[in-house]
Amino acid sequence: MNWFQRVRYRSRRIAKEEAVTGLWTKCLGCETMLPKNELKDNLFVCTVCGYHHRIPARQWIKLLLDPNTFEEHDVRMISCDPLEFVDEKPYKIRLDESRAKAQERDAVITGYGDIDGRKIAISIMNFEFMGGSMGSVVGEKIARLTENATRDRRHLVIVATSGGARMQEGILSLMQMAKTVGAISKHKDSGLLSISILTDPTTGGTTASFATATNLIIAEPGALIAFAGPRVIEQTIRQKLPQGFQRSEFLLGHGQLDMVVKRNEMRKTLIRIFKFVD
Amino acid sequence: MSDKEKLLDFEKPILELETRIQELRSAAREGGVESLFKEISELEVKLVEAQRELTERLTAWQRTQLARHALRPGAFDLATRIFDDILELHGDRSFGDDAAINVSMANLKGREVLLLGHIKGRETNERVKHNFGMAHPEGYRKVIRLIEFAESFKKPVISLIDTPGAYPGIGAEERGQAWVIADAIEKFMKLEVPTISVVVGEGGSGGALAVGVADRVYMLENAIYSVISPEGCASILFRDAIRAPEAAAAMKITARHAESLGVIDGIIEEPPGGAHRDWDDTAKRLSERLISSLEEISKMNTNERLAKRYEKFRKIGIFHEAES
Ligand SMILES: [Zn+2]
Repeated sequence: MNWFQRVRYRSRRIAKEEAVTGLWTKCLGCETMLPKNELKDNLFVCTVCGYHHRIPARQWIKLLLDPNTFEEHDVRMISCDPLEFVDEKPYKIRLDESRAKAQERDAVITGYGDIDGRKIAISIMNFEFMGGSMGSVVGEKIARLTENATRDRRHLVIVATSGGARMQEGILSLMQMAKTVGAISKHKDSGLLSISILTDPTTGGTTASFATATNLIIAEPGALIAFAGPRVIEQTIRQKLPQGFQRSEFLLGHGQLDMVVKRNEMRKTLIRIFKFVD
Repeated sequence: MSDKEKLLDFEKPILELETRIQELRSAAREGGVESLFKEISELEVKLVEAQRELTERLTAWQRTQLARHALRPGAFDLATRIFDDILELHGDRSFGDDAAINVSMANLKGREVLLLGHIKGRETNERVKHNFGMAHPEGYRKVIRLIEFAESFKKPVISLIDTPGAYPGIGAEERGQAWVIADAIEKFMKLEVPTISVVVGEGGSGGALAVGVADRVYMLENAIYSVISPEGCASILFRDAIRAPEAAAAMKITARHAESLGVIDGIIEEPPGGAHRDWDDTAKRLSERLISSLEEISKMNTNERLAKRYEKFRKIGIFHEAES
């Protein structure tokens, strides 16, 4: 489960370097020092090597939807602590901390919006909130959105990033896989289109459920997409993993993705796909 | 290793009582001493009490140990005691045949069903052959292929789950482990024939759920059902795999918890002391539940059954909707 640690390490690293370098930041791909404004203007894609840095969940709204068309759903839904789970910290406290840190109530944002004038449903996961993990709230919000989209005849776009099922909600988290897949299956059977956009990282129960149950699957370049994370595999087989293993391009080569699409071409690509189905 | 050595620490008091009863019995047979009979019956009462207490008070970790017990009957140890005319079917028609999961035609008291179950293997060479019950994508593809086959002949599907999880390896990832699990979940959700799943040992994460979406989902009393293995959870959240017992308790992975969380439809009681104490009795209890349950779900028409199956999983989850 390397990604948990790696991600923590990475976000610490970013924070630290920002403090030191002020207006500059180091690319996580090629380590070139880049002016922050330039990186931001380029959608956090490195202008030198093309590395796609993670972006805040709400930025996807701007990136994909027509301006001011997003209408958020289920904003009041929050996680409780059904198992009264305590590890090194009670789950309740982790939730409070995550809410404060991410400024969100849970790990997914759902709602309706327009893409090039076409009315769609969209769900965007948020890695900042407990590693984008799926518990009852994430499962319920995605299932509701999907059912509403089926009822209202809207295509569905899912922007995924997740460490998998949320351990703190135990078996309930696992069952969200069945719930979300069931809802998406009905959506597909209604002749509506669903598209997943897998971003770095998407792993575990999320990859093994709604994120790959859609009609089409797109990934951002270089994203880690997996069932079992690299560290778990390394520990199991006790050997080093091949270069590029579980990255978007690797998965494309193994037939698991429809396409790998750069961030600045994502909206255009969605519009092209909608044109095919409507 | 003898069977006695395979017993767990917390089972030892029961073993001691049983040994003592046996000794007294043989002494009594030889001597015919009245007082011994009294002692024997007292010990027998104690034994029943101890077994009852054992199963009542087991911690989540102790149940995990029972679910993984070296002497516990595997899915097909039970299946061969329940079903007749078992005929195994092989292969995913694309890559290979996965020995971690067995799919067979089988007859349940006169009714043809498709039976599938994980096989962990018992001795080392068997365990390796069956990959410890951890399926690769081809295993789930075989399942998908064959449940569709069962569907076309309107035969019910029964799955017996006993897996640490889907295999985490290079080949498994290359061949789309996540993709195929999502596919299997989807296919089971829509399968037009009656379906029953029973977690008979370990219900390990996505590898279990991939064959665990059904009209009726049950667990054997000491089976576990978990989003991640206790060891996996412990190494992430408790920073050390050795703290698996705490993780097992925190994740509430027992059958009773799964039932109270609305995840399963019922618990099948095991014989006193656990399934490994009496395979035949365990099989009998499982068989009775399968037969009655199959009868019940077969009464529904297909649309009703599918709607109920969907609703059952749709409802699972506990959350809160704030006022503002
Ligand atoms: Zn770069």
